[in-house]
Amino acid sequence: MKSYNNLRATLSITKASLMSIFRSPSAVVFSLLFPLIFIVIFANIGGGAVSIDAGLAKNSDTLNPIYQILKNYKVINLKKDLSATDMQKNLSKGSLDAIINIRKNNGLPAYTIDVTFTAASQEKGNMLRSMLKSLLYQFNTQANPTEQPKMAEFTETTVKGREYKYIDFILPGQLGFSLLNIGVFGTAFVFLSLRQTLVIKRFFATPVKKYSIILGEMLARVVFALLGAIIIIGIGHYAFGFTLVNGVVTVFNMLLLAFIGLVVFMGFGFIISGLARNETSVPPLSNVITLPQFLLSGTFFSTAAFPKWLQPVSNILPLTHLNNAMRKVAFEGAGLLDVTHQLVILLAWGVVIYAIAIKTFKWE
Amino acid sequence: MATQPIITVKNLVKEYAGFTAVQGISFEVYEGEIFGLLGPNGAGKTTTLEIIETLRSKSSGEVMVDGFSVERQADHIKQRIGVQLQAAGYYPGLNLIELLDLFAGLYGVRIKPMEVLQKVALTDKAKTQYKNLSGGQKQRFSIATTLINSPRIIFLDEPTTGLDPQARRNLWQLIRDIRNAGTTVVLTTHYMDEAEELCDRVAFVNGGRVIGINTPDGFIDELVAKGFERPKQVKQANLEDVFISLTGSPTVQ
Repeated sequence: MKSYNNLRATLSITKASLMSIFRSPSAVVFSLLFPLIFIVIFANIGGGAVSIDAGLAKNSDTLNPIYQILKNYKVINLKKDLSATDMQKNLSKGSLDAIINIRKNNGLPAYTIDVTFTAASQEKGNMLRSMLKSLLYQFNTQANPTEQPKMAEFTETTVKGREYKYIDFILPGQLGFSLLNIGVFGTAFVFLSLRQTLVIKRFFATPVKKYSIILGEMLARVVFALLGAIIIIGIGHYAFGFTLVNGVVTVFNMLLLAFIGLVVFMGFGFIISGLARNETSVPPLSNVITLPQFLLSGTFFSTAAFPKWLQPVSNILPLTHLNNAMRKVAFEGAGLLDVTHQLVILLAWGVVIYAIAIKTFKWE
Repeated sequence: MATQPIITVKNLVKEYAGFTAVQGISFEVYEGEIFGLLGPNGAGKTTTLEIIETLRSKSSGEVMVDGFSVERQADHIKQRIGVQLQAAGYYPGLNLIELLDLFAGLYGVRIKPMEVLQKVALTDKAKTQYKNLSGGQKQRFSIATTLINSPRIIFLDEPTTGLDPQARRNLWQLIRDIRNAGTTVVLTTHYMDEAEELCDRVAFVNGGRVIGINTPDGFIDELVAKGFERPKQVKQANLEDVFISLTGSPTVQ
């Protein structure tokens, strides 16, 4: 008798599972269509949501490199045509978020930027403040007085690298949420239904190994989720200008992160498939896992916007760390070694989740 | 007929917490026969079958299948048997061809799915999903999945429960064909006419014990010899004969 091939058995299950996933409308809708719809909606209204209106003071210097960079920030809308009194009035009403005045000095520092913020628009004021801070930081660290020409080069790269679009925020969040859905709902449903309809029992009457069944199903979800991720990233990049700092390398890093995140999330699915008595108890149990993370993990809004007491909760959720890692990789061009902090937390979640899953998982 | 035992069950016991489902069952199944396990619900038939099929562990006793031990050589046994479970489902969303391909992968064999479907007369349903088949078609497909690995023995747990008389006759013919091709068949049933028609030998199981093994004719002759008489004279035909005669002879559909 020929020796039995466990790999072939595993891949047969993967193939069957993939066919089943692609034919199930809910899997495609929840893990691909919803994230895409959110991306389309938020990418279109997102530009308005983060635009900062700043008045440029009449006597401000405009022949300096700082102004040239600010002018190119898409999120900052510089208004030059208002009179000084109108500017003050609008600032106190909040229809202007800040007034910027750049002064050229004769000595060092070469320029001073005076910014007047308003209590009427604190949030956008904060955004502008951090943008200016990071701009000046780059400016001061990179400007080398002995080699003046470097300044010009720096300007160009800074403008491109720092152009922050809402899609750069929303896409990693939606990708993370798609992975969470596939991992939790998909895994919980499939193992519960295979167990309840005795499909697994029939499998056990064949020489297939238990680990082949688990690995085969996991592999199918990995393939499906990574295909989905490629589609989401592709549409985000080509249709909405999602930033991929290092191109293909960034995509590859994102897919690796997606894989790690998905494996952790599937652990939740294994736990739920063991706890659920029947198919109707899967959605509520899954929602207990997915909804808080949907809302609190920086999927739509930065976790920095949450009140202080809520932040520790956000900071403990695995999706928060997957989202943060994704954003760092995509927008800042970080490698996986630069997000070890996030990866360690995800790994810790993985260990805990799978320890519980081993206890709760049921074969029959 | 050959009387070489292919399955040997000796003093089989299965205990669950606080309850003994199988209390020392012993019997043999001969190679090439159709063997029936009969008895009321809860008698231990399915438990006994599932222990022989290596799906359940035994508490004590000895079970050998085609020369292999159920506890030590389960993988060898799984490769030599085909199993139809009571009420088992199939992987959702796949059509019959895809399901057979899946099982071929699980058994590690190469098959031509259409040839397998041919054996159970389901070639016209090749692209249909299992859930959309009729009751008889579902049972025939279940039997098809037991044939994928060219098994030495197949186990059928209540294969005709819930089927109409025509579908039942279809299935009987299929089971006979499988046996005639050299496969040993072990089945359970609640229909005594079915056991009488189909089985070479039957074992009656009651309360976790075997209370008799014989050929159907042997059992009947024994009972008649004790002076048993049916209380009512049997008519030349019964209502099932009427059903068959009114709806036409069995066609494979």
